[in-house]
Amino acid sequence: MVKITIKDLSFSYGSRRILDELNFVVGDSEVLSLVGPNGSGKTTLIKCIDRILKPKGAILLNGGRNLESLSRQEVAKLIGYVPQSTTGVLTTTVFDTILMGRKPHMGWRVSDEDIDKVVDIMKLLHVEEFALKDYSELSGGQKQRVLIARALCQEPEVLLLDEPTSNLDVKHQLEVMETVRSLVKKTRISAVMAIHDLNLAARYSDSLVMLKDGKVHAIGDPLSLLTKDNIRSIFGVEAVVMRDLDRPYVVPISSLKGEAV
Amino acid sequence: MSEAETMSTDTAIENSELKEEYASFVGRKVLFITLSIVGIVVLAGIAATLGSANITPVEVYSAILARFFPGNFATTDFTDTIVWQLRLHRVLMGIFAGMGLAVAGSAMQGILKNPLASPFTLGIASAASFGASLAIILGAGFVGGQYLIVGNAFVFTMLASLTVYGLAKYKGITPETMILAGIAIMYLFSAMTSFLQYVGESEEVHEVVFWMMGSLGRSSWDKVAIIALITVICTLILMAFSWDINALGAGDETAKSLGVNVEFVRVLCMMLASLVTASIICFTGTIGFIGLVAPHITRMVVGGDHRFLLPASGLVGALILLAADTVARTVLSPVILPVGIMTSFLGVPFFIYLFLKRRKDYW
Repeated sequence: MVKITIKDLSFSYGSRRILDELNFVVGDSEVLSLVGPNGSGKTTLIKCIDRILKPKGAILLNGGRNLESLSRQEVAKLIGYVPQSTTGVLTTTVFDTILMGRKPHMGWRVSDEDIDKVVDIMKLLHVEEFALKDYSELSGGQKQRVLIARALCQEPEVLLLDEPTSNLDVKHQLEVMETVRSLVKKTRISAVMAIHDLNLAARYSDSLVMLKDGKVHAIGDPLSLLTKDNIRSIFGVEAVVMRDLDRPYVVPISSLKGEAV
Repeated sequence: MSEAETMSTDTAIENSELKEEYASFVGRKVLFITLSIVGIVVLAGIAATLGSANITPVEVYSAILARFFPGNFATTDFTDTIVWQLRLHRVLMGIFAGMGLAVAGSAMQGILKNPLASPFTLGIASAASFGASLAIILGAGFVGGQYLIVGNAFVFTMLASLTVYGLAKYKGITPETMILAGIAIMYLFSAMTSFLQYVGESEEVHEVVFWMMGSLGRSSWDKVAIIALITVICTLILMAFSWDINALGAGDETAKSLGVNVEFVRVLCMMLASLVTASIICFTGTIGFIGLVAPHITRMVVGGDHRFLLPASGLVGALILLAADTVARTVLSPVILPVGIMTSFLGVPFFIYLFLKRRKDYW
């Protein structure tokens, strides 16, 4: 079943076109990764889907409701956004940071139900042991898990993640990606993430959208998409593509300097 | 008991432990707020006893309670006059002015995500000073009679806020544009005040300087009523937006994704903070320190959650201003020092002590 339909989506900063007539769908319980070089429009697209930016075109949820027709609060009940862990200044505890995710559902008063929700999600993401620590005291991986927990507290149908593994070491990268993957399968939500690491994208995604210069270059499963030709034309890089556990594995060899890509 | 049942019991215990831990964490903040209220009541009683007429705290509380429960408490005409006509309105003016300035500062720091932000950063103090100078030196203003200075200070303060809003709106409402527009307005009004002082007579300049130092000496019951009403209403509205202000701390994009109407909340909070500040400083003159430092002192104790930070800052602001005014009235008696000087003398050492002592990042 289709969860999100992106239809003729375009976005410009002034006269500069960032996204150009994008069309693709995200399935139910699917992890879809947006890959592409710097400036290809991955992060902008994530922000457009969450209506943080206001694009032209349509974003339809479950084949029907256009997100444009919904209020900001209604969108927040349907879509959870996980920014990079380095953004924002949070001077609150981990518990309060995650509780903030209940914002679309609650008024000033916090109900027992809200607290129960936070506790359950903290345990799901294994962050309960530092519940009353300040967010700023956590490691990068812990912060990312807390931000995912906050987004899950919104009880969204779709989780958007902006470079969830940037600034993390290998262990934490794998931890975060495994967390996202297992959440999608457990909670039946869909996830769309902007990601630089092709191998992580290949290992943990059901499908990829390759972006270049704000346009969709190719859409498909990791095995069919991560080919030498696609990598050369998208990234301008010569690479060897191998297979590991039925997933493609990309080893970059050299940059194609000066060549048109 | 089966293994599954044992596990589910363990999980339930763990969940309730976590909830209890959080409840006790919240309880500590509520305790701080309660203690602050008790502190204000006690300090208010002490403040009302101090002065040239010698009356005891018991006499003060009896005089206050006798008005509400005449059958149960007795007082003398002399004590009643001293308390109700001379001291109590000044004490309450200190409490509500301190509260309003601190709540306004706390809200501004939250929405602008800047530890140096306060309504004064946005040019409000200099606009008020200019309005007062215009009335004192040139006798020009929007309202005549005894409200000439007050009216001018209020009108120019709101004018400064609207100009900052207009300039920021033109470039897009962000913390940076608001602060930069505020700084520009601050320098503009400071320059205009300096010009008026340059052309004014020395007595007029003296009056302007005294006004700018801030004082609770001009208090009266009607002024207390205005300040209290505006402070309480604006504080309650700001508190209703606590979660929105918390979300803004995580960045505008995150706040939007959590359902916050970022521009609306930022402008509304700025206007409310400006309104509170304007309504206070037009009567007291500029008392800048409270709005900047009371929120910092409070944040070090209760953290950055505005549900608790806003009311607690207000109470800490009330305590600081009341304490400062009491010392200012009594330390060199019969000379009464301007309270603006005393707030810094009392608050800065305390702030530096907390700042050096606290290891964790609080901002």
